[in-house]
Amino acid sequence: MRLRLAALLAVVMGMLILLTPGTAIAQATPTPTPSAGAVPTADNPIVEGANITVTLLDLKGGEGKPEPVPGVSLTVLKDSKTGAEVGSQTTDSKGRVSIGIEGNGTYVVELDPDTLPSGVKLSGGGETTKTVEVKLASSNFVQFQIGAVVVEKASFGSKVVDGTRSGIISGLLIALAALGLSLIFGTTGLTNFGHGELITFGAIATYIFNRGVGLPVIVAGILAVVAAAVFGFLQDRILWRPLRNRGTGLIAMMIVSIGFALLLRSVYQYGFGGSTRTLSEYVVQGRDSYLGVDLSHKEVAIVLVSVITITVTCIALMRTRLGKAMRAVSDNPALSASSGMRVDGVISAVWILGTALTGLAGVLLAVQQQVNFQMGFNLLLLVFAGVTLGGLGTIWGALIGSLIIGLMVELGPVFGVPASIKEVGALVVLILILLVRPQGILGKAQRIG
Amino acid sequence: MDFGTILDAALSSALGPQAIVFALAAIGLNVHFGYTGLLNFGQAGFMSIAAFGLAVTVVTWDLPFLVGILVGMVGAVLLALVLGVPTLRLRADYLAIVTIATSEILRLVFGAVEFKDTFGGSNGLTGFVRPYQNLNPYSDGFSLHIGSFGIVSFSKNDLWSITVGWLLVALSCLVVWALMRSPWGRVLKSIREDEDAVRSLGKNVFAYKMQALVLGGVFGGIAGIFHILKQGSAVPTDFNTTFTFYAYAALLIGGAARVLGPVVGSIIFWFLISGIGSFFSEATGGSDPVIPDWIMTQTQSSLVRLILLGLGLMLLMIFRPQGIFGDRREIAIDGR
Repeated sequence: MRLRLAALLAVVMGMLILLTPGTAIAQATPTPTPSAGAVPTADNPIVEGANITVTLLDLKGGEGKPEPVPGVSLTVLKDSKTGAEVGSQTTDSKGRVSIGIEGNGTYVVELDPDTLPSGVKLSGGGETTKTVEVKLASSNFVQFQIGAVVVEKASFGSKVVDGTRSGIISGLLIALAALGLSLIFGTTGLTNFGHGELITFGAIATYIFNRGVGLPVIVAGILAVVAAAVFGFLQDRILWRPLRNRGTGLIAMMIVSIGFALLLRSVYQYGFGGSTRTLSEYVVQGRDSYLGVDLSHKEVAIVLVSVITITVTCIALMRTRLGKAMRAVSDNPALSASSGMRVDGVISAVWILGTALTGLAGVLLAVQQQVNFQMGFNLLLLVFAGVTLGGLGTIWGALIGSLIIGLMVELGPVFGVPASIKEVGALVVLILILLVRPQGILGKAQRIG
Repeated sequence: MDFGTILDAALSSALGPQAIVFALAAIGLNVHFGYTGLLNFGQAGFMSIAAFGLAVTVVTWDLPFLVGILVGMVGAVLLALVLGVPTLRLRADYLAIVTIATSEILRLVFGAVEFKDTFGGSNGLTGFVRPYQNLNPYSDGFSLHIGSFGIVSFSKNDLWSITVGWLLVALSCLVVWALMRSPWGRVLKSIREDEDAVRSLGKNVFAYKMQALVLGGVFGGIAGIFHILKQGSAVPTDFNTTFTFYAYAALLIGGAARVLGPVVGSIIFWFLISGIGSFFSEATGGSDPVIPDWIMTQTQSSLVRLILLGLGLMLLMIFRPQGIFGDRREIAIDGR
């Protein structure tokens, strides 16, 4: 499935411009082209006071810079298509019209398709009108695209293949974080609502090492995982261990973790800002075909890194002394302590391992997508869903549950879940599974009390 | 720096509609968490289903306002039943995860482009508030100030919302007070303390928990309806999980398992949030800000209160989990 951005993007502005995504602003204000006077109309200044401003840009299918479309006639009508005409103008060299309006109310912007230059067509449904609600009292930036996206009809089979591919990738990323969550939950019983912020920590640390220090992404990623492990160790030492020693209840600790999550998220936003940023390398890559599945190089790397990490971790937990100690503490901390184990040391090790895994998920997520201060928070519920689905506190369960959640999210749209809310399918499944098998797929029944 | 502006902002939201919404939501959480020990992290879901029940009935289906209120409340009750059946038999953190997931599902569905015709997409719904505002007896706003030193100010619509809202809060508190001193309330409290002991006395714990979940959900629904009435629009993003967490913060400040805990808690919560927000906004604004630009910009200043809120919630839970009024022995915050 390849998306082709075609033809036109139109932007309607009211009087005030507030909170808009950075990209939208970037599209709305094209760099003025001081081209040789081939353009017929003079510039249309933005009308003082109440106005509706439209900028027409040719997105050219997403290739190259968007170009303004001059010479298109636009009409603003009051209330409805058949209402009184408020004003009419032809787009200038910047592709802009600006028409003054009297005040609040409903306005319809109509585009005359006959005046479009040859070769430029409205895409999507090809609507030539757009309704704008103008409310003077509130922020009033309305952006709309006269259908800028044309989807090449993809066959059902290729949709399933594509959904499976992205489902497995996001499932593996969720699994890394879920493994961390499950380890920490298993040994300490803490339902950590701050886990999402540990993912973000990995991503932001990568960004800082990459863009701030100037290291290559791979080195930055390795350092970020180390930083996450140190962060986990310190977090346990400074915050959670004293709480355990004071005998703070688990639900109280859960609420502490909510407060901690809020604190961390706000600190990230304070330092990093609200925008979404990219790393310096591997941002956009073409896809090669591997056995009929299209994968980009970074996707191959992400799959390999996460599969290897998860396998090594799980086997280590089953085979090594430390793994055995972890499982013993998770089964019964008091008994482990009385048989001579250093329970606090084991828990420290779990925090280090858990946050390192979670940080790695953040690093890979930053490479796969972009970096944002709430990327981990947005993933948190899916991580919880994965862990609960597989069985709280089990190791392989977290992996299986996360893969199922990842596939549910990405394959949902193929089977009729609205694409804009594809997470809903996975969350509904979570609730249904709890109805039938509350301990999760691999959980043991007595764990849920 | 103008301390009048800061005090005005702090007091106006501590006594205004915003605090009332949180007080109502926190009263519901108090029934869930404080009295019964249920960890409902999806109070925003109860609010959104009631709010959109009203908005959809009036705007999309064009039915009378009172029918809308009824639909909203029925929605909240149904949601409680649906959530309760799978989770109330399980450990506390399962209810937490399921309720938080459900409130997110509802928020996403209400905001989805695909259902724009019914729920209005991400802009939400407007135009249901007329019957409510028509009842407004006030013709003017209200503001109290000494010279140019502002103390508190409300618009005409706010004044009406405050009247209705505090009345609702008072009624809700009365209901909670009466119920919790009844035998029914004592059973709830003992479920919180020791579920197995109550079961061995022959009480149907599941039924009691379910009734508590429904009751708290109804308070959440009232909060949701009041929220959209006071601002005149139902916007899905208002009902995110942070909303629930703030309501918890308000409850814990005041003290769980106390009738007036959530009310005092939300007043203090909003006094601090607005006061601190306004303080840092004043401190970084103007041509010669008190805090220089390289430490904190105007955008960053709005985050300080969230950082402090997170820190405050942690410290509160660690050092004084019973809040201002609560009793440490009574607040059973240990599951598993």
